[in-house]
Amino acid sequence: MNQLKRLMGIIWMVLAPVVIYFLVMGAVHNITSTGTKDINKPVPWIIIIAIFTPIAIGLMIFGYYSFKGEYDKLPESSDEL
Amino acid sequence: MLSTSSKGIGKVIFSSSLGTLIEWYDFYIFGMLAKTISAEFFPEGNDTAALLSTLAIFAAGFLVRPFGALVFGRLGDMIGRKSTFLLTLVLMGGSTFLIGLVPGYKTIGIAAPLLVLLLRLVQGLALGGEYGGAATYVAEHSPVNKRGYYTSWIQTTATLGLFVALGVIMAVKSNMSDAAFTAEWGGWRYPFWISVLLVGVSIYIRLKMSESPLYTKLKTEGKTSINPLKESFGHKANFKMVLLALFGAVMGQGVIWYTGQFYAQSFLENTVKIEFMQNREILLWGIGLATPFFLVFGALSDRIGRKWIMLSGMLLGVIFYRPIFSSFLKNADTKEWRKESKLIADAAITTTIVKIDTIINLAGLNEKVVHSKTNWALTDGRQWKQTSADTLLSSYSGRAVEVGNTGNIELGSGVKSDTHRIDSDKILSTSLKWKFIFLVWSMIIFVTMAYAPIAAFLVELFPTKIRYTSMSLPYHIGNGVFGGLVPFIATLLSTSFANDPLVGLWYPIGVAGLSFIIGVFYLRNKKDKNIND
Repeated sequence: MNQLKRLMGIIWMVLAPVVIYFLVMGAVHNITSTGTKDINKPVPWIIIIAIFTPIAIGLMIFGYYSFKGEYDKLPESSDEL
Repeated sequence: MLSTSSKGIGKVIFSSSLGTLIEWYDFYIFGMLAKTISAEFFPEGNDTAALLSTLAIFAAGFLVRPFGALVFGRLGDMIGRKSTFLLTLVLMGGSTFLIGLVPGYKTIGIAAPLLVLLLRLVQGLALGGEYGGAATYVAEHSPVNKRGYYTSWIQTTATLGLFVALGVIMAVKSNMSDAAFTAEWGGWRYPFWISVLLVGVSIYIRLKMSESPLYTKLKTEGKTSINPLKESFGHKANFKMVLLALFGAVMGQGVIWYTGQFYAQSFLENTVKIEFMQNREILLWGIGLATPFFLVFGALSDRIGRKWIMLSGMLLGVIFYRPIFSSFLKNADTKEWRKESKLIADAAITTTIVKIDTIINLAGLNEKVVHSKTNWALTDGRQWKQTSADTLLSSYSGRAVEVGNTGNIELGSGVKSDTHRIDSDKILSTSLKWKFIFLVWSMIIFVTMAYAPIAAFLVELFPTKIRYTSMSLPYHIGNGVFGGLVPFIATLLSTSFANDPLVGLWYPIGVAGLSFIIGVFYLRNKKDKNIND
């Protein structure tokens, strides 16, 4: 199980930049001056990319910790935190 | 063990839950009245107002809620739970009441949307600080074997807040005309004003409560955190648990919550085109009948652990969302309804011609466009409205059709093939309505499974001195950001893949699926018996 968690860590590390790439591409394709929906306006995209970038970095860190075996054993009590 | 007596815990749960419920109510009424608020404060054609409107919708949910979690979480770990979640309640109640008092754009111009935006941001900030405080406060009063059950009362508040908001808006709207409701100082403001009474009562009750016993003990011993933010997110050992909580549980729970309760409502109204009041009736029944299950699954989590209940809720969403939403579309398809000729024969069909436009087309020929509205009513109670724009051939010179005429129109050979017909305001038969209620109820059951144990799960993951901060941030990112994005991403997907009306569901299915996989492999099912540390 621990070996599997470490391998999955690589997936999470790769997934994070992929998500950001798709968000940026989504913004590029959908922002238009003529569109009336929220997805056509730049502000929602700026907010979403601004908030999702640190979350994606968090996912990368989660993957890295996982890859390094930090989740092999979860703490039993708060003393271990 | 520092748990409170049964009588005492009842008061703790009531005071905490009531305040949290009111905060959710305050947050939701803005979203539910968005159309009216938009017309009042953010008029079309004004770019600045449009920008402020977008900020009010997106910034409050996605930026300010997590920020509120950090601000008030830190405060709650430094000065105490009680004072902090009292402050969030005052801020939320005050800003909601004030939104109801802001004059419209017509009266004070751009100051109106600016004030509304500011107050909406305060709402988001307050909500970000409320939940973690209430959940922590109740958990720190609870005995270990009932922590899931007692905190599940807090978990009912988000859904009940939605229920109360729906109920109040429906009650106000059904007692006045549309014009009276949407007027500048009309009925839409009442739900905002009502909030001040609810908040007043809640503040009075909360003032009488004492501080959490675990936090009091920590404070007496001088062990409270000096810098909760640094300890929560700067120390690897704790930060990795914050990440695990977010990706392995709260992220999936957030999309399940929003899909079952918000997206379902919007899908039924905008895609399936169910009539406004019946749509809300379906949701109210679904929520009302499913809410007790928060308590059931909270109590069950005390017996069998939190993990598998939460993950089962996510998995059920992943498996059943597409069949359920597909069933909504199929069962409310008016083309199928029309095919049932036996019913049509007995149906009452009334048509009103609204107006006739005469257009000269590119070839210089006259065309007539007949705009009409048809009310269809089938014998089993099914009804719908059809708006048509029938373009007549230029050679048409047949019978006279005048604005205001009613009755069946026999347009016959004069109609071109590009007739536009939109069916809306569908009213389901009683049996079909109950089927829809059952389907909505099922999705809210998934919500109760994913959401009920999560407060106890988060509380048990972090130590007392940084609990408020550590659990608030992942909760508001998972619930507010991942969950709150369901409508936006669904619209994005629907625009990109217009042929599939269910394509928007791939976002919640994907996120819940991912969270499920992380949860299965990384979370443990063990309950933390000692949260006193």
